[in-house]
Amino acid sequence: MMVKLVTIDAKGMHYTPLNQQVRRAVEDGADEVVVQNVLGQRFIGDGLKGDATIHVYGVPGGDLAMFMSGPTVIVHGNAEHAPGNTMDAGKVVIHGSAGDAVAHSMRGGKVFIRGNIGYRGGIHMKQYEAQRPILVVGGSAQTFLGEYMAGGLLIVLDLDGAMKARGIGSGIHGGEIIIRGDVDDACLAAGAKKVPLTDEDRRRIAPVIREFAGDFGLDPEPLLNADYTRIVPASARPFAGKYTWE
Amino acid sequence: MCGIFGVMDKRRQMMDGSGIRQALSIMNERGSGEGAGYAAYGIYPDYRDCYALHVFLDNACESKAVVDATLEQWGAIEHDEAIPTYDQPNLRAPCTPWRYFFRPDPSLAPGSATPEKDVITNLVMQINRASNGAEVFSSGKNVGVFKAGGAGSWPEAVADYYRIEDYEGYIWLAHNRYATNNPGRWERPDPFNLHDWSVVENGKITTYGTNRRYVESFGYTCSNFTDSEVITYLIDLLVRRHGLDINLAIRALAPPYWEDIDQMPKTEQDLNRALRFAYGSATMNGPFTIVAANPDMMVGFTDRGKLRPMVVGECGDCLYISSEEAAIRAMEPNVESIMMPAAGEPVIGRVAP
Repeated sequence: MMVKLVTIDAKGMHYTPLNQQVRRAVEDGADEVVVQNVLGQRFIGDGLKGDATIHVYGVPGGDLAMFMSGPTVIVHGNAEHAPGNTMDAGKVVIHGSAGDAVAHSMRGGKVFIRGNIGYRGGIHMKQYEAQRPILVVGGSAQTFLGEYMAGGLLIVLDLDGAMKARGIGSGIHGGEIIIRGDVDDACLAAGAKKVPLTDEDRRRIAPVIREFAGDFGLDPEPLLNADYTRIVPASARPFAGKYTWE
Repeated sequence: MCGIFGVMDKRRQMMDGSGIRQALSIMNERGSGEGAGYAAYGIYPDYRDCYALHVFLDNACESKAVVDATLEQWGAIEHDEAIPTYDQPNLRAPCTPWRYFFRPDPSLAPGSATPEKDVITNLVMQINRASNGAEVFSSGKNVGVFKAGGAGSWPEAVADYYRIEDYEGYIWLAHNRYATNNPGRWERPDPFNLHDWSVVENGKITTYGTNRRYVESFGYTCSNFTDSEVITYLIDLLVRRHGLDINLAIRALAPPYWEDIDQMPKTEQDLNRALRFAYGSATMNGPFTIVAANPDMMVGFTDRGKLRPMVVGECGDCLYISSEEAAIRAMEPNVESIMMPAAGEPVIGRVAP
């Protein structure tokens, strides 16, 4: 079967007509949508369903793939704030870096970022039954990584050894944060604790790391065999004594 | 929200206002169409030795007479004229923007290390406090602010109202306002300026009351109920009057957390403790990104919890500080480096001497 490809030139276009064109292309059965000359247009792929692949060339604006349920969005450039915001299913692949609050409240699917992310990556990611979101960062993450995290899997590979994140897992009460290399205790927020990465954990994350390496043309073997720090909630109610008195 | 943008050419090569107009308009989503403004350094070479006073006049007759009288009391008016404006379909101007090129009389501030700037500070406070239909909204040498607020004040409309592409500067700041808890008055949007310093801010200073009382105790009067007004006066106080280096001034305004200070080597701990004790009331809390400029530098910094975005770009001699990367690329598609500095790491670009 022939792949149906639609190309859109976004140069100088406001995000509303641009997103209408993307939506229409997917509704009309496009398998691949290529969006050229993107510059700051927000909300690309928002609420989109189906299994199309959207290629974004340029720097898309904030809230990329928000509420998206199914498609794959591949960004050939950097992204701004909150790509994968409350995303439901599908995949976002970013070949550059992204801003603050990446995968904000994400509830399913995958967000893979080759470069670095800003502050509050994975803030309030969540999970429910089979819905289990995955965020993988190739470079470094900043402070308040996994803030208020309620579920899902967050992996930081720190390929450039530039991690400076502090306050990791501030208010975490579900899910797990796995960071390549050691993490100083002083960088953990109250409510988060380090536990050893078991062989079972390693088997569980191996397919995710292989997929990430495959998307970005990296050799997976050194990453599979590396040392990791696993960070999980110290309790299901980290602020039980802070805001309530019982 | 709000969108802010700053660009500086380190070799003082001039840029007209069309580039920053385009950069700011890329971030229209960050504003609510109720205020925008621009500040530029180097725009008045013919009057480079005069202080350029930009004034909003409610009435070009009575209000202006009051300003004229005040200025004559503090120095000499070299030249004055209406700031050229061009009607925009959806922008309704309730006042007349006017500019004076003014020479303050330094003998009126005896004992001051910076007598001209003290005179300018005093007369700006005097005119703005009086609420008599005139407001000075920029007052520096070879610098000017152009701004408008209220319905229809989108970045492009404000830029076109003043035709900022007709001005050439080596530092430009811009601000696109998302009106939150104050009504969008004409004179309220950023940038704010007091002689050397201009400020644009994206944020909400929760310590506004404390900061305002502190700066007012040094003789400044805050008549606009706006964060950026207080920030402008704080920077003037710390840098010009207290003689702090810009790094220390920023550290006083947005200091490291106590637990981070505890981790520092002894001498650095002592310095940071002393700064926090001395300038506790100048410390700003709440979410913010601030870009400030004077004739020699442009600086950008965020709140300690990094609750607002700041992207920095470099290309050739130009330094860019922006709320969004796309705005930098709109002005310079070939930008060479893009980075997002950590909270508490100020970005300081200096003009070559």
